[in-house]
Formats: sequence, structure tokens, C-alpha cells
Amino acid sequence: MSNPHNVRHYPGAGLVTWVFFLWLYAPIAVVIWFSFNENRLVSVWTGFSMKWYAAALTNRALMDALRVSLTVAVVATSVATLVALSAAMVLSRNETMRFRRLSETVVNLPLLLPEIVVAVASLILFSQMGFSNGMARLIVAHSAFCTPFAFLPIRARMQGMSRDYEEAAKDLYASPFTAFRRVTLPLILPGVFAGAMLAFVISMDDFITSNLLATGGTTTLPVYIFGLIKQGTTPELNAISTLLILASLIIATFALVLSARSMRRA
Amino acid sequence: MTRGKAVEVFNVSKRFGDYQALDHVDFTIHENEFFTLLGPSGCGKTTLLRMIAGFETPSEGGIVLFGQEIDQLPAHKRRVNTVFQSYALFPHMTLAQNIAFGLENLGWDKPRREARVAEMLELVHMTPFASRRPDQLSGGQRQRIALARALAPEPKVLLLDEPLSALDLKLRQAMRDELRELQRKTGITFIFVTHDQEEALDMSDRICVLGQGRVQQIGTPAEIYEEPENRFVADFIGETNFLDAEVISIDGARARIRTPLGLEFDAAQKGLTSPGPATLSLRPEKIGLQEQATGNVLTGTIRSRNYMGGYTHFVVETGGASLRVSRRNAVSQAESYAVGQEVQLGFRDESVRVLAQ
Amino acid sequence: MRSARVWGLMPAWVLMLGTLMVPLLIVAAVSVAERGSYGGFAWDFNPLSYREILFSEDWDGNLVFDPKYLSIIGRTLLLAGATTLICMALALPVAYVIATRPPKTKALLIYLVTLPFWVSMIVRVYAWLIILGNEGFVGRFWHWIGGEGTLLFTPGAMLVGMVYSYIPLMVLPVFAAIEKLDPALLEAGADLYGSRWTTARRVILPLTWPGLAAGAVLVFVPALGTVLEPMLLGGGKQMMMGTLIQTQFGGARNWPFGAAVALVLMAMVVIVLVINARRSMSREVRV
Repeated sequence: MSNPHNVRHYPGAGLVTWVFFLWLYAPIAVVIWFSFNENRLVSVWTGFSMKWYAAALTNRALMDALRVSLTVAVVATSVATLVALSAAMVLSRNETMRFRRLSETVVNLPLLLPEIVVAVASLILFSQMGFSNGMARLIVAHSAFCTPFAFLPIRARMQGMSRDYEEAAKDLYASPFTAFRRVTLPLILPGVFAGAMLAFVISMDDFITSNLLATGGTTTLPVYIFGLIKQGTTPELNAISTLLILASLIIATFALVLSARSMRRA
Repeated sequence: MTRGKAVEVFNVSKRFGDYQALDHVDFTIHENEFFTLLGPSGCGKTTLLRMIAGFETPSEGGIVLFGQEIDQLPAHKRRVNTVFQSYALFPHMTLAQNIAFGLENLGWDKPRREARVAEMLELVHMTPFASRRPDQLSGGQRQRIALARALAPEPKVLLLDEPLSALDLKLRQAMRDELRELQRKTGITFIFVTHDQEEALDMSDRICVLGQGRVQQIGTPAEIYEEPENRFVADFIGETNFLDAEVISIDGARARIRTPLGLEFDAAQKGLTSPGPATLSLRPEKIGLQEQATGNVLTGTIRSRNYMGGYTHFVVETGGASLRVSRRNAVSQAESYAVGQEVQLGFRDESVRVLAQ
Repeated sequence: MRSARVWGLMPAWVLMLGTLMVPLLIVAAVSVAERGSYGGFAWDFNPLSYREILFSEDWDGNLVFDPKYLSIIGRTLLLAGATTLICMALALPVAYVIATRPPKTKALLIYLVTLPFWVSMIVRVYAWLIILGNEGFVGRFWHWIGGEGTLLFTPGAMLVGMVYSYIPLMVLPVFAAIEKLDPALLEAGADLYGSRWTTARRVILPLTWPGLAAGAVLVFVPALGTVLEPMLLGGGKQMMMGTLIQTQFGGARNWPFGAAVALVLMAMVVIVLVINARRSMSREVRV
């Protein structure tokens, strides 16, 4: 590390990196730590307790919000994954087609635009159309912004996969549908799973769009958390946040490992 | 012996944008033939193979398979199978499943499928590996499974896209013999694509030399090597000396030649119609030195000598022209010609080919 | 073949047209509509909303220049710009160190950089609310060294939150650029008598520039539209464009004005994206 002859070594950079990672994880650690605080005040540690988790798990409003979030996330993830899969199939197998770059940009559009603008735009459209079912509004909007997160891993996987496999399948008398079902799909499945999981996490975690589009009965988990924060911080809030953090991290880890592994095999 | 026609390629052209990959290609492949498409990379040979397989469509012309027009037939309905350059073995299936894949799609029932898979594994000596996956195999083993998978559905024609190029030298030699053997055993028409002339000469019944998207020559290995019709073929296959000469008169397949060195002789020709300047091809090993100099004899000076083990290559200067001469080192005295030494060199009339312009 | 392509892309186009492109056109239309009497809007052409960004009416009905909203736009640009610069400064050494680790460590560290990005934004901002609060450890440290007042509800607090939220988007492209560097280039730099810092400045930095530029776009664009940091860490008093828009569709109920601000924000984003597209295109030509 400190070899003065190693031209690749920059003194100080290592320290900056250590501090950086500390800074990156300290806030998450603080939230989790104080979720076990016995005291009513978040930042005043008086002892270990699991009581806030008990409180959270028996909180009806929280459970309702969780149910809304899960419903929206499951449906939006399914829609987004199907849309992304079908677009990725076309875009990675027709390199020279017209409107390819345009179509690719369109699929990734939600990544390019500020979420607040898109959320406001959807709100105006939905209210103009008289589309007032809160759950349906959330599902439509979430499907849109989850699509690029599902799309990118699938697309990467398809590009990493040689076209020879599909041609070999057709050469061996597989109809286009059989070739897709028995060769292409099994080979890109890790990418599809990874994409779906990332889309799910993004939907579960969304605040801005859900906050604007939600109606009375369709408060999602992040919107509910926001309401709690406005009322003041409590260890119960930390307990809820911790559960959400763990869920996000586990699913995202799964997705990233799956994606990395499938890229290596391709 | 008259043989049926397996594949007829009618006047096929293919353009990719401005690039002319194939330019009015026209030939017939017979049943039970080992037919090789040979040419440098970018000559269009793989494109042609992919057209027969159904992965590309001709811009012009058509392809007939056993009397049936197949231009409208999608790849999965053509009774041809391909051995891919990358082998393209499905990584998520076992070897047996790979081999059975085509049979399933053809609707074979299970007992028949299993029997055929066993038969194919036996054929390529891979029976103990049936339940392995492709990533557990060596290159040569993958090659065998790719062959078995492509042969299992009893295709009318087997297409092989540079299948040996991924193997190391020793294995390649062994696989050549195995391929030839398989072709004889199965009696299936093989269309083999390669850029390796040695492979082509060794294995093929007939070779089609492709260059710049056009058929340069079709013939048996010996015809391609001994009787190249044009400069491209003479240059691409083996080594040769090109000599400028004058055609004085033509009499059918013979032409009267006069060289700048003052020699006059008859040589075989094809395609020439009128006298005029021409290029001759003369292979280095067909020129004899000193006591082996027979036929048309000249005197020259040895300019360089390269000892290659089995052969020694000389460059001999004679009358302003440099000729490459290759001499088999049958006895050690082959070493004895020194640079600067004056030697006699000679060649026979029938060793010379007059090339079409 | 052709119809398969059309059908394959159709769902994506329909979804994005229906939820993004058409709604954005409607936003543009609403931004020049009348404000409705009970919130919402009425379909009468009136570009008042854009005038409102710069001017307000005094008691006599005269138009006077009012920098109230302009200062919000200015603060937004400033904070987004500062976020981008801080992210760059942090990402360079971090990405460099990560890129020079052995492959396994490298993969692990990159995973650790990405991971917080998947934690809900609201939780991440909430974490800083605790830390910077008067009872939080940074807040207490602040008072211990004699700081006054609270750290929360300041532009500084917002900046910390924004850098924290968007830093993975900078580290990843910078890392990708550094990883592509041939280590021999550094040795060549040293071999040609360049000190480490000369090599850093004249070899590493220019070759990392595309990654930094890509990261800058990825950070700057969402930072312009950020909502949660000003709302929670800024305490709602330090408005940014995102919160201004949000308020117009919430409590203030002035949809045409909100739409106008949203369009100004969109315009700023589009300018950044166009500059970026031209930059990357001219690079493609050169390479």
C-alpha cells in the first residue's frame, strides 16, 4: 500500500475512501441502532428494547400502508417487467432497425426526467380524465417509472447472449415461440429476475409520485413514513424504516448478485 | 456416375447497404458430396452458408434444396442443420438434451428420441458424457456434440461454419479425419466453410473458391491446385510464381506461349479467346534445379536460400525475373546450392497454367 | 418480422406516451391556462403564470419585479451545482481507490457504493434528520464546539442530504472510466519524469473526464428536481423548484403556476441533456 515506488498509489486517497464508506453507511446504521432504543426520544439512548418493533407490527395504519405498497409494487413490477422484456427482445435483436435509438430513449425516459415533473404531469392528466381510483393511478404511474429499471438488466443480459443460440434453436426446427420458450427465456431469466426485483424495490421505495397521486385510502409506506416524520421522530419510525431498509437491501443484493453472475456466465 | 442435386444456388446476390457480399453466385452441390466453400475472410462464404440455413435472405436469385425452392421457407422448416463456429451448445441443457432438442421439435416420440440420442453419442464417442453440461467439456468434445446434435435429425444437408477454427493444431488434424469419416458413414451432403486451404484440400470432394463475393473456381482439390483458372485462385491456394508472357496463338485448351526469357512452348489454358499479353502461373515445386531440370531449361543465379526442414526454398534470378523454387530435401546435398551459385533450372510445359485476365 | 418488432415495442411506447409524453404536453398547456376559482384550472389562454415567476402585483395593481421566485430558481441551480461539484471531488479519489483494488474487492466495494441507492429516499433523508438534529451526534458535536442554533433547516443540511442521495450516480461512471485506464499509462507518466500529481492532472484526469461528465449529468438532473431534502432538511422554508411545484399542486392550489415552474425545470433539464448529447456525439466523431 505505502510502497513509494508504486506509481499507482496516491497518499490520502485510501483515507478518503475509508471516510467515504463510513459516511455512506453511518446514517443507515444510526437509523437501525436507534430502532432498538427503549427511550421515546430517538437520539437519547437509554437501553435496548424491541418494543418499537412490536408497536410497528401491530400498527393498523402501517399495515394498511404496507398492503397498498405491496399491491402497487407487485402489479407495477409485473407490468414493467413484461413491457421491458418485450422491448428488450426487439431492441437487442434488431441493431439496424429504424427508430431503434429513439425507442431506447423512450423506454429509459423516466430516468432522464425529474420525477416531480412527471408526477405533476400524471396528476393533471389523471384528474382531467376523471381517473380517480387511487390504487389504479399509482399502478399506472409506477409501471412507467419502474420500466427502465427492469429494462436495463434484461437488455444487458440479451446483449451478452450470443445470437447463435437462437439461430441454433431455429436450425433445429424450433418455431420462433419454441425457440423463445426453450432457449432464449431460460438464458435471459437471471436478467429478467434481476430487473423485476430492482423494479420492485424502486416501486416500494417511491415517495414523490405516490405522495402526489395517492388519495385517501391509498397511502403507501413511504408516504405514511413521511406523515410520521412530520409528526416528529420516534423510535417506532426507526423500526419501520429499519424493516424497509432491510427489505430493500436484501432484494437489491439478490438482484445485483444474480445480474453479475449471469453476466459472467454469458 | 450421375448423382442427384442436393443444393442448387441460382444466381444469388446479397447486398448489405453499399457492400456487395455476394455477386451473382451460381453453382450446384451434389448429393453425398463433401463440398467446401473456401475463401479469405469477408469473401461471402459465411453469408452464403447462412442463406442456405435460412438466417439470411438473398437480395437476388434463389436456392433450391433437393428440388424444392426454399426461399420462402423459414430456418426452422428447412431440413438442413448447422454446426456453428461457436458450436452454440445450449448451456442450460445436458448434452443428451442438446442432441434431443431438434428431434423434439420434429415431433419424434420419446423412445425413438432416446434411441437416436444414444446412437449419436455412440457415433461421436461421447456416450459416458450424456448428462454433462457443455461448460464441462473440452473444445474437441464440444465440437463432437455439436456434430451429433446437428446430425441427429437426419438432415438432408449438414452445414459446417469453420467448425475447426477454435481447436488447437493437433486436435484440428484429428477432427479432419473424423469429419471425413462421419460424412462417409452418414452419406449426408456436407457443406463446409473454411478459410484454411489445407483443410479444404485435405477433406473436400470439391472446392468452391470464393473471392470478392464471386465464385472464382469450382473443382476437385487437385484441379484447384494444379489448374487454377485465374490469378486469385493461383495466389490464394498455395504459393506460385506469376510470369508475364505473350500468347501467340490459341488452339482450344492449348495456347502457344512466348516468355520474355525467349522460351516458346504450349500450355494448358481455359477461357482465353484471342492472343495477347497473359499471366502464367508456375508452382515453385514444379521447377527442377540442376540434375532435376527437365523440359524448358534456363540458367539462373541463386539469390537466397531458406531452409525449412522438409523443403528448401530458393529464389533464383534468371533473365531479369525472380523465380521461387522449392526443393524437397530428399538427400542432404540439397543444402549444397549456395547463394550466388549459377544453376540450371527447368520446368515442363504441362506445369504451366495460363491465367484468365 | 416487422410486425413482431412493432408489437414488441408497442407496450413501451404506449406506456411512455400515456404517462410521460402526453402528460408533459398537457402540463405545457396548463401552464398557459387560467387558474380555476376553486383550485385546478380553466381552459383559457393566459400566460400570466410565467409573468408571475418574475413579477408580482403591488397593492395598486402595478407590476413590480419580484425576485422571490427567481431566488428559488437561483438556489436550486446553486445547490444542484454544488452537489455535482462535491460529488465529483468525492468520487474521484474513491473511484480511483476502488478501481485499483483486486477484482473481488473491487466488485464488493462497487456493490457497497450502489447499495444505499436502493434504500428508500425518504429513509435516507430521515436518517440525516436524526443525525443533524439537536439531539443527533453531529448536532451535539456542533453545539459542543460552540456552534449556535440548529444545523437543520439550512442550505448546508440540504446539501449534505443531496450529496448523500446522489453520490452513487457519480462514483459508478467515474469508476467505469478509471477502470478502463491502462495501468501502464501511469507508469509511462512516471517514466517520463511526471510526479504522481502531474500524472494525476495530465493523464488520469483528462482520461476520466467522460466519466465525470456522465456522472455530472446523472447527479445534476435529479438534483434540480429534488423534493425531499428541501422539504425535510430545509424545513420547507428553504424552497427549491421541486418543492415550489409540489406546493402549487398541494396547499397553494395554483396549478397553472405549478405547471409553469415545472416547465422551466424541464427546460433546464433539456438544456443539460442536449449539451451532454452534443458533447458525447462530438467525442464519438473524434474517437
